[in-house]
This record gives sequence, C-alpha cells and structure tokens, in this order.
Amino acid sequence: MKRQLPVFLTFLCAFVLTVQFFVPHRSFEQVYEVSNIWLQILGVFTILIGIMSLVESHLQKIRRRQAQWQYSIITIVGLVLTVAGGLFGSVEAGSGGIFMWMYNNVLNPISATMFSLLAFFIASAAFRAFRARSAMSTILLLAAAFVMLGRVPLGDRMSAGLFPAIADWLLNVPNVAAKRAILIGIGLGEASMALRVMLGIERSYMAGD
Amino acid sequence: MPACWIITLILLALRGPAPAAGLEAVDTPNDHGGTVALSWAPPAEGQPDRYLVLRAAVEAGPFDTVAVLPASALRYSDSDSLTDGQPYYYRLIAQAERWSREYPSAQAIPLAQWFHRGKAVVLVFSVGFAAIMLLMIHHARRGMQLYVRPIAGIGAVDEAIGRATEMGKPILFVPGIGEASEVATIAAFTVLGRVAKRTAEYGTRLIVPNTYATVMIIAQEVVKASCINAGRPEAYQERDVFYVTSEQFPFTAAVNGLMLRERPATNFYLGKFYAESLILAETGFQAGSIQIAGTDELTQIPFFVAACDYTLMGEELYAASAYLSNDPLQLGTLKAQDIAKLIVVALVIAGTLAVTLGSDSVVRLLDIVQ
Repeated sequence: MKRQLPVFLTFLCAFVLTVQFFVPHRSFEQVYEVSNIWLQILGVFTILIGIMSLVESHLQKIRRRQAQWQYSIITIVGLVLTVAGGLFGSVEAGSGGIFMWMYNNVLNPISATMFSLLAFFIASAAFRAFRARSAMSTILLLAAAFVMLGRVPLGDRMSAGLFPAIADWLLNVPNVAAKRAILIGIGLGEASMALRVMLGIERSYMAGD
Repeated sequence: MPACWIITLILLALRGPAPAAGLEAVDTPNDHGGTVALSWAPPAEGQPDRYLVLRAAVEAGPFDTVAVLPASALRYSDSDSLTDGQPYYYRLIAQAERWSREYPSAQAIPLAQWFHRGKAVVLVFSVGFAAIMLLMIHHARRGMQLYVRPIAGIGAVDEAIGRATEMGKPILFVPGIGEASEVATIAAFTVLGRVAKRTAEYGTRLIVPNTYATVMIIAQEVVKASCINAGRPEAYQERDVFYVTSEQFPFTAAVNGLMLRERPATNFYLGKFYAESLILAETGFQAGSIQIAGTDELTQIPFFVAACDYTLMGEELYAASAYLSNDPLQLGTLKAQDIAKLIVVALVIAGTLAVTLGSDSVVRLLDIVQ
C-alpha cells in the first residue's frame, strides 16, 4: 500500500493532465489551473523547509568554526534582513524599501558578476576543447576558427565575405542537423521517461529502487 | 434623369466604398468556449479610420459596440461575457471622416471543444509510441534478451565513486537548477540513488546542494532510502543534502565555493542546467575533480562536453535509469525509444526524398493526420 498508493496517485494525476493537454474545454482548463494552484501552495510550505535547512546548515558551520564560517554569518544576516524588509517594508519595484534596495544593489550586481565570469570560463574551456589532438578535434578547431572569423568584421574583410558564408553554412546545415537529431532523441526520451513514471516502472523519485 | 444619376452618385460617394468581402463570424476553433472569431477584408476602395464591432443577442438588436479597432485590424476575437450555446449577431462598421460603411451582419454560436484538432498528430504519435512501449515491455517480461549499447558516462559512475573512495574525498552531486517536476530532474534522482547506494557501501561522503526545497526533500528521501538499501542507514547525513537558494547565480557561487573548500574527487552535474553549467564545470576542473555531466538542455551540452570528462547527451540522461537498474521492463522502454527513433528517421528520409523529387506526399500525409 505504501508503494501502490503513490504510484496510483502519480498515474491518476499524470493521466488527467495528459488528457487535459488534448482537451481545450473549460472544465479541463480549470483542472490544470487548480493543479497549478496546489503546486504553488505546496511550494510555499516547502520554502519553509528550505529555509530551515539553510539556517541549520549555516548555524552548524558557525558553531563548528568550519572553513570560511564567517560567510555563514553574512548569509544568516542577509536572510534575516531580506525577510524583515519583505515583511515590514514594501516589495514593489521603485518603492524605495530595504527589500528592493537589497535586490537592486546587492543581489543584482553579484548575480551579474557571476554571469560575467562566464566569458573567462568560455575562453579557458575553448582553449582546452580546441586543441588539435585527433582528426575529430582538428575538425572542431577548424569549424570553430571559421565560425569565429565569420562573426567578426575582420574575417569578412580578410576573405571578401567567404568566412561569413562558411560560418553561416556550418551553423545552418551541420549544426542544425545535429541539434535536431539530439532534440528528437530528447523528445522521445522525455516521452519514454514520462510513460515509465506513469506506469510505475520508474520509481526513483519516490526513493524506490 | 441625369439629376437622379448625380444624386445616386453623391449618395454612393457618401456611403463609401463597398467592402471586398463580408464579415465572417465563427466559433473560435480548439478553444475553451466563450469566444467568437471575427474576420473581414478591408473595403475594396478607400481606407477607413477605424472599425466598430457591434454585437446583439437577437438579430433585431439592439446592437452594442464591443470594440473600436484601428484601420489595420482585420480580425477580432470577442470573448466579452459570451455564453456557450447562445447565438450572437455581429455587425461591423468601417468608419472614415467622410463616410462609413456597414458590413453585412454575421452570426456565430460560441462553443467549447472537447478535442484540440491541432494536436491530432501529437495524439497519434503518443498513442503509437505508448503501444510500441507496452509491446516491448511485454516482450521483455517474456524473457526477450535486449541489447543496450554501452554509454561511457554511465559506465564511469562506479569508477568515479571508487576514485573518490580511494582518495578519501567527498563526492558532489548537483541535481541541476530545475524544479522537481522537470523530467531531467527526475532522471537525476535515479542516478543519485545509484551513487548514494555506492557511497553508503564504500563509506564515502556525498554532498547534494539543491536549488529548490522540493528537490531537496526528494533528494533527501532518495539518499536515505539508498543508504537503507545498502544496509548502512547510519551513512545518511541529512546536513549533506541541503537547500542553498533558488536564485541561479547565488546558487552557482555557493556550489563553486563548496568545490574550492571541500575539493571533491568527483562531481556529478545531472539535471536541468542553464548558463551556470560552464561556471560550475570549469571550477570543478580547476579543483581537479573527475566530472560526469548530463542534461537535456541543448545549449548547455557543448559546455559540458568541453569541460567534463563524461557527458550524457539528452536522451542518454533518461536512459541512465534503465541502464543502471538493468531491469528488463526499463530496458524494454529503451528499445521502444529506438523503434520510435527509427520511424522518425524513416519519415525524415522519406520526406526529404519526396520534397527533393518534387512531391509533397509526406507533408500531405501529416496534414491528413492533422
């Protein structure tokens, strides 16, 4: 029963939502909307569990004086300030409350900084990936060289438009063909996984074997 | 008599140009009901300044204006308090500064549809695929031997766990930044279960940071159950399967910090990843970890290929559960996938050949299904 009931509930929910996909009738649309609302309600409760986990994990770090435990103090203080700012101040954009101030002046710049690191990581990853160690990696290197040269004005001037044409062909023909092949595989894989979950063959999400 | 002609011409001029075609009102196809789709052609001569859409519940009226539309509009969807099954009568007036012209009225009854015809192809393929899958499961149950090609990334899972055990370092498992409802995240749980079972057996520490609390709860259950299955329930440490944040880059920063502090011997990145994929994988590379990644996010696959030792591309991630469990039922579903892929490839080849030879028969075949 402990295993059969969740499998049955999963099948029921998956079946109803699958049918809903094909039925535009308002009654089925309401089923979808209600299920989304339930998902949000459950999400709110899980946020509490998440915050408890976060606080517990960082308090433990502080108590045990683990490596770089000082950052845990910043995390806890940041959490308390954000929650207080949201509860006692305004969360509307442009309201000038502490919540939005922290969002605009702390979170956004830090996130942008992390994102900007990507440029350097792309360079270092490309340096390793484009080494001509075998025939296949040499093809990759040449393709990358043509695409890079074809995407900058210098390449266009150097080759009188040849490099951009080669780059376009590489991107629109072999690249798109490979992407579509992977996408077809992903689509079938997702459908197969969904059916396995629906039929109870795949139970890993409920800690099954 | 000429005066009559002149008056008629003046009246016609004031009346404005005749519309090219009448007003057409139909129940909006494939919708949830309560809407009527109106379409019309612009007047044959002259450009109106606006269109007025009028509606009445009875043919004799009175008609109320429901919308005033710009001259560029040639269609309108009326969804303003319509009752399904009740007929509605529409009039359209094209207005300019000097003239106005009323289109012939039209009638429509809004209805809710029970089947979305535009999704017929999806339904046919879904039912067909499910049938093939059930057939293969049936064959697998009867003992049919199924061959599955080796996947290097999955084969390397045990090797990577063994390496961490020998080095006495922890293993980091990142189940992506997708919600628990994502298929890729569900696939990641399968591999997590396998990894957790092995780490429990070997006594290796497993760290699982999570972006969503729902994912964390499931990951905790999966790791706990795997430790119990391995006969070592005490190996489960709840503090090692924890929530970080649901913000993308703060999560990335936290995991990067974790990698540089703990120096895990092995990193698993399985699930849904976006721009953080390369930041994580490059940091893991710099930390000297062996890395196994897998995602169905097409744009991130090249990053993982470039920075990780093994990458499960797209469907290989979903195949991992079947491959690791070696369960005939699951292997049967993989075979069904192969057959479906064969059908799709055959359709692509047939379509390409047909179009090259000047025939649109395959396209028309799909249109018939539609």
